[in-house]
Amino acid sequence: MKKAEHKTFNKDLLKSPTGIQGFDEITAGGLPTGRPTLVCGGAGCGKTLFGMEFLVRGATQFDEPGVFMSFEETNEELIKNVASLGFDLVGLIRNKKIAVDHVQIERSEIEETGEYDLEGLFIRLGYAIDTIGAKRVVLDTIESLFAGLPNQLILRAELRRLFHWLKDKGVTAIITGERGDETLTRQGLEEYVSDCVIMLDHRVTEQTSTRRLRVVKYRGSMHGTNEYPFLIDENGFSVLPITSLGLKHIVSNKRISSGITALDNMLEGKGYYRGSTVLISGTAGVGKTSIAAHFTEAACKRGERVLFFCFEESPNQLMRNMLSIGINLEPWVRKGLLQFQATRPTFYGLEMHLAVTHKIVNIFKPDIVILDPINTFIVGDKESEVKTMIMRIVDFLKANQITALFTSLTSNDSPIESSDVGISSLIDTWILLRDIELSGERNRGIYVLKSRGMANSNQIREFILTNHGVELREVYIGASGVLTGSARIAQEALENAEVLTRKHDIEQKKRELERKRNALDTKIASLHADFELEESEAVKIIETEMEMIKRLEQDKMEMAVSRKAAVKNGKNNKLKK
Amino acid sequence: MKAKKENSNKIKTGKKHDTTEKDKWILRLYIAGQTPKAITAFTNLKKICEEKLEGKFSIEIIDLLINPQLGAEDQILALPTLVRKLPVPVRKIIGDLSNTERVLVGLDLLPGS
Repeated sequence: MKKAEHKTFNKDLLKSPTGIQGFDEITAGGLPTGRPTLVCGGAGCGKTLFGMEFLVRGATQFDEPGVFMSFEETNEELIKNVASLGFDLVGLIRNKKIAVDHVQIERSEIEETGEYDLEGLFIRLGYAIDTIGAKRVVLDTIESLFAGLPNQLILRAELRRLFHWLKDKGVTAIITGERGDETLTRQGLEEYVSDCVIMLDHRVTEQTSTRRLRVVKYRGSMHGTNEYPFLIDENGFSVLPITSLGLKHIVSNKRISSGITALDNMLEGKGYYRGSTVLISGTAGVGKTSIAAHFTEAACKRGERVLFFCFEESPNQLMRNMLSIGINLEPWVRKGLLQFQATRPTFYGLEMHLAVTHKIVNIFKPDIVILDPINTFIVGDKESEVKTMIMRIVDFLKANQITALFTSLTSNDSPIESSDVGISSLIDTWILLRDIELSGERNRGIYVLKSRGMANSNQIREFILTNHGVELREVYIGASGVLTGSARIAQEALENAEVLTRKHDIEQKKRELERKRNALDTKIASLHADFELEESEAVKIIETEMEMIKRLEQDKMEMAVSRKAAVKNGKNNKLKK
Repeated sequence: MKAKKENSNKIKTGKKHDTTEKDKWILRLYIAGQTPKAITAFTNLKKICEEKLEGKFSIEIIDLLINPQLGAEDQILALPTLVRKLPVPVRKIIGDLSNTERVLVGLDLLPGS
């Protein structure tokens, strides 16, 4: 016999993990071990599945066999129904991990005469439990007994006994019950099962339905009290403990490129922080998706995994459109690095979107998540709800160190900074794309509105979509504002012309100078020539004079010789002569 | 307490008569141990059968404490339960069979019916 664990007064209540994604987090461990839990809710809200998953996970993951006692569906129906969720019930039954017992009560077949009790049910359940050594039991939906057995007094007394008996058996039990008008269950089962009550709900608001789960009570344990959206899909149940997250993300200093060099340059030349949240907002047709696609391509080239949620375009359309700017995403999809997830925002409610996001992210484990665009969610929903949802997504992604890039469509008339679902405070890097309408043209401008933790550029750049991707250009800021497009080109031409004129001027000045220098040189040369002429004449005269003097001297000497006079008096003689 | 020994036997037949299969009544009484209710039920059943179905009935007593696996076959919840296996359709009567009239209704044995 199993140990009656609930009887030991541990400081911590023993809990049996359900293995249901997210549920164990809400309840800090699972359902109370050795005690019955009431799972109630309306028709089609997933009670049976909750119970079944509890058993299957128990049997497969925690080695706790379980008994499923069904009061509604036959064994065959059950097996078929849960097979669609990937549970191999037949195999588990064969391996004696799970026992399924269908209890059928046909009111018309039954005649009541005198005293009776429900010992038969106890024996059957007890037999099933003992045969496979079950630690978990699901009774689905025991309230059907009320329809089959006319004597309510006996029934209620027996149910009370049954729940005590389950506790004594020490099995962790789930009892499901239909929701009543005023009470949690139609027959007031909550009277008997009071340790843990879980409410499932299937609510339709604005034509979209959302499944929600709430832990109404959990004796002796803390638990999340909110309504948590949950999801039933091909992998069973998953509950989202979205608000349990605190602001305790691990922060990375690593930077990753935006895929556009010029944009990286605006962000200290390094790009975004890994694990940060990037918002690209702008009016229609400014190229938000193109920037997202650049980022996607860059990430895939680095070998990172990217999950791309598109809420407006189909993946094929998006890939085709991106080809026009020279980005081919298809190879990455084939390589399995890129996964598109295309759903209309109206496909399900907000919580469901959140749930789906969670789920896919958990399965795909991307490095980067792109949501394009986020504000289509506002359709039919209040902005505050959308904000909460986005916040949850941001928190979730941050906690998982996933870089998120959101695009957001702003309308032309609303102030550009305020219209982004009020989520600006959640955003780390906010890049704004805006139209600049000027001189009959509509051009694109891009600037970094904010970027936490980096010295980002304050420049407005012109943003051009070319057939080889996005290009950023310097813009002119003149007296009439920012010049873009052909105005910018005109301005460029104007400046070019000016430069040309200047160049011409300089050339001219240079030539003038050259000319002057030449003139000067000529002058100097002619002066030199004059001087040389004069000089040579002067030399000639001097030479002649010198010749003269020499001749005179010679004459004197000759005269003296002829007179035979003393040389000393020669002169006088000559004069006398 | 006559029933006591017979409980552990699986089958207790009433007076053996070679009746045709069509007329034969096969009744099963499910009990769980020798509870007062079980004994009352058996006594009542025996009395009714002997009065109304003399010679063409057999009563099978199944003690679920001994053979718990048999409970599922006839969808037994309440104890004691009397199951009319034959003639068809199968009928179930729960309780200690103390209300003879209801038992007769349950077994389709009321005169005129």
